[in-house]
Amino acid sequence: MKKRTKTNIILLICVILLVLLPFIFVKGEYGGSDDQGTEQIKKYAPNYQAWAHPVWTPPSGEIESLLFTVQGSIGTGIICYFIGAAHGKKKALEEKASKEASSK
Amino acid sequence: MKLLEKYRKFLLFLALGFSYSLAYPMTAHAMHIMEGMLPPRWCIFWFVVSAPFFVYGLYRMYKITNSDVPNAKVMLALCGAFVFVLSSLKLPSVTGSCSHPTGVGLGTVMFGPGVMSVLGVIVLLFQALLLAHGGLTTLGANEFSMTIVGPIVGFAVWKLCRALKVNRSVSLFLCAMFADWSTYVMTALQLAIVFPDPNGGIGAALIKFLGIYAVTQIPLAIAEGLLTVIVYNLVISNDLWKETALQ
Repeated sequence: MKKRTKTNIILLICVILLVLLPFIFVKGEYGGSDDQGTEQIKKYAPNYQAWAHPVWTPPSGEIESLLFTVQGSIGTGIICYFIGAAHGKKKALEEKASKEASSK
Repeated sequence: MKLLEKYRKFLLFLALGFSYSLAYPMTAHAMHIMEGMLPPRWCIFWFVVSAPFFVYGLYRMYKITNSDVPNAKVMLALCGAFVFVLSSLKLPSVTGSCSHPTGVGLGTVMFGPGVMSVLGVIVLLFQALLLAHGGLTTLGANEFSMTIVGPIVGFAVWKLCRALKVNRSVSLFLCAMFADWSTYVMTALQLAIVFPDPNGGIGAALIKFLGIYAVTQIPLAIAEGLLTVIVYNLVISNDLWKETALQ
């Protein structure tokens, strides 16, 4: 395995550990930090009224997670397409170069 | 199969957890300032402050797409996509609550802080319109924290590290981490100014909001730094981009 691939895999494992560790050591509700933020605002300014509301709210948690997944997939698709295409191109160029070198 | 046997309990646990999360979806929101949670004059204030950066971002983007730097458009798309992915990942943190990374570090290192103000707005609009996260009235404020302060801080960290001859990956990691973290420090500050503690004033409120936003963000910022390094490594090793392309 190439050294760079190894580094990337180790980094990826670190990311996964960072995400999993809180579950093991902290018992929390895992709500959104901005919900806590909104609560804190209510404590400081009990009379404050939100004067605007979201134009459209996803009808359910399922739809919401669908849209979040769509958002993530669009991004992942674009990133993987470009990196994959470049990887293939590089490989093809290398093969061509080695063929030319061997035929000489 | 032996491996499967060994980890059966763990897999079962995972499957249970997964089905549980499907049955009881968390009603968490994006970690930007919510719709209507800033008074109108502050909304206008942040729009006015952010506007020049946005215009500068458009100008930078125009220059980059019309330059003869190879793969410039492709890499712009990739950086935007990276923000898309990372801001859709709501991750758990040590404080027992969730937040999401911002993903602005990658584009900052490749194109400078300017373009992120344009790419970031696309994501903020997507989340405000389709996911009821963040908001249109608070767009200016969220734009300022995520796509202006974050990238500028990250860029400063990157330049400083490179000047000190710090290794590329480490500099990139620090850049992405501080870009992420400073975004949430700014969010806490924005809220503390508007909603000071009735007894302790802005300072006390700032500490409280930092406790909510910035502390939660620490492990996520580290994760974002690592992910940014992975993607940048892949980009460089496949000859998509050269570090010196825009210098």
